[in-house]
Amino acid sequence: MAGQSFIRAGYVPLLDSAVLIAAASCGFAEERGVILSLHRETSWATIRDRIGVGQFDCAHMLAPMPIAANLGIGPLPTAMVAPMVLALGGNGVVVSERIAQMMTELAPSGFERSPRAAGKALAAAVARRAATDERPLRFAVVHPHSSHNYDLRYWLAACGVTPERDVEITVVPPPLMPDALAGGAIDGFCAGEPWATVAVTRGAGRIVTSRAEIWRRGPEKVLGLRADFAQHHPEELTALIAALCDAARWCSDRANFEALARLLAVPERLNVDEAALIPGLTGRMEIASDSHRTIDDFMVFAGANANRPDPGHGRWLYRQMVRWQDAIFSDEGLQIAGQSFDPRFFDEAMAGGGGLEATGFEGARIDPRQDGSAAGRERPDGLFDAADGE
Amino acid sequence: MAADLSILIFDENQVRAAIIEAGLREAGHATVATVTEIRGLVRQIEVLQPDVIVVDLENPNRDQLEHFFQVSRSVRKPVAMFVDRSDSEAIRAAVEAGVSAYVVDGLKKERVKPILDMAVSRFNAVSRLSRELADARSELAERKVIERAKGILMKAKGLDEEEAYKLLRRSAMNESRRIGDVAASLVSAYSLLGDG
Repeated sequence: MAGQSFIRAGYVPLLDSAVLIAAASCGFAEERGVILSLHRETSWATIRDRIGVGQFDCAHMLAPMPIAANLGIGPLPTAMVAPMVLALGGNGVVVSERIAQMMTELAPSGFERSPRAAGKALAAAVARRAATDERPLRFAVVHPHSSHNYDLRYWLAACGVTPERDVEITVVPPPLMPDALAGGAIDGFCAGEPWATVAVTRGAGRIVTSRAEIWRRGPEKVLGLRADFAQHHPEELTALIAALCDAARWCSDRANFEALARLLAVPERLNVDEAALIPGLTGRMEIASDSHRTIDDFMVFAGANANRPDPGHGRWLYRQMVRWQDAIFSDEGLQIAGQSFDPRFFDEAMAGGGGLEATGFEGARIDPRQDGSAAGRERPDGLFDAADGE
Repeated sequence: MAADLSILIFDENQVRAAIIEAGLREAGHATVATVTEIRGLVRQIEVLQPDVIVVDLENPNRDQLEHFFQVSRSVRKPVAMFVDRSDSEAIRAAVEAGVSAYVVDGLKKERVKPILDMAVSRFNAVSRLSRELADARSELAERKVIERAKGILMKAKGLDEEEAYKLLRRSAMNESRRIGDVAASLVSAYSLLGDG
């Protein structure tokens, strides 16, 4: 590529912005000829607006956001593409100490062995609450168009709670979740790390399940890119993807966890205690004071096709949006959702030697079912109730 | 103005909120309210039923606010400014200035545009002011660093004040750097050597 390319990207200070931050600050971008200019934002709305007016070329985004943008849902709809997945998993479902105690009472044999057991215990707590005069349990998520919202609803529904009737689901900014929980404004939340860990450390609540358990290896954050950038700057995009893959591999190497935590923790980035970032990176979560549980694939940055966008995942997220009345189903919508998770750019970057060996990439397994046809399998792998059928 | 629009300003920066409110009042809007924290905001929106809500773009509560607008049954639904994108220049100017606005659905764009323009120009004025303030502060800091560097040179090389300054200026010119930067490197090198 001739010269260096300058790419502006936004991020929200969460643990899963690690790949972008590492790429910009540890030389991975420069090595690929990219100057990655990163800007921290405090809300997804601002990320959307700055992408919309072209101040950002791309951003760390909730996986459903580019789909919503392409479907024209919400303000400033802009044609977008998700050419790469930045992180899988990483979210924790936390309930207040009070609700956790109620769940313990109602499930004497314990509820931490599976999302099903935790969900059943919570369903019993919801039922008990309904018999009192108190308001229904109130949960917070970070944004309506988020895995947090869809996972929480999916899990509750699969465990016998009707989310829209039995509980209240509201939106709270992630850094305010622990305080909202401690102060009783909410009874539980689903948020990305480090906020579940912070809530437990402050004694505000307990982690009862996690995204990795509800949908193992489900895409959480993607690189959301303006479609016109992909169209006009294909070489820059290839270089960016390669750089992000290099960074993702570095971020997922256990030997670098401490350095990564130091890099992210500083005031101008995540502005949290380094120690609060380690559990999310290692998957050894402090689920309650002095009680730990190791969650497999809790948060995944790289390896085994983790970063390759899967159109099937886009369609699945669309079906969740439809299920919870954020979108009205149409065949066209389904197609748009699938196309939003376009793996072509990623495959090109890998084929161009862009980090082929560096990422442990296992080859583009082109799946004939990923062509957008409605005939493909619609339930992705890794859902906790997979054995239930539907 | 035929029927006065009700306007609500939500900005955690109290000074900026006051400046925008004053601007809107000067422009003839009588129904302007200001809220500076999320607590109580929803109640205010329900009571005031504003036609236009101006929010600073960097406000961390915007996702929450947009969700509230979407699900609330107690207020007329506000939508993000010019959702039809027909005036992309105005949207760009607003985002660049750090302003977002929510407008009750169906309200005519011509009625909202002057309000948004006012907010944008006042936001820009406030950031220009704070930039000038920051510049003035760093100028002051720089002068202090140059004073310290001069003191170090005077002590270490037995120079008088003017000679010390000339030496700083000469090395700045030789290295094509700013005199403040040369002074800062000298001061930090000196303190590294343990005698600062």
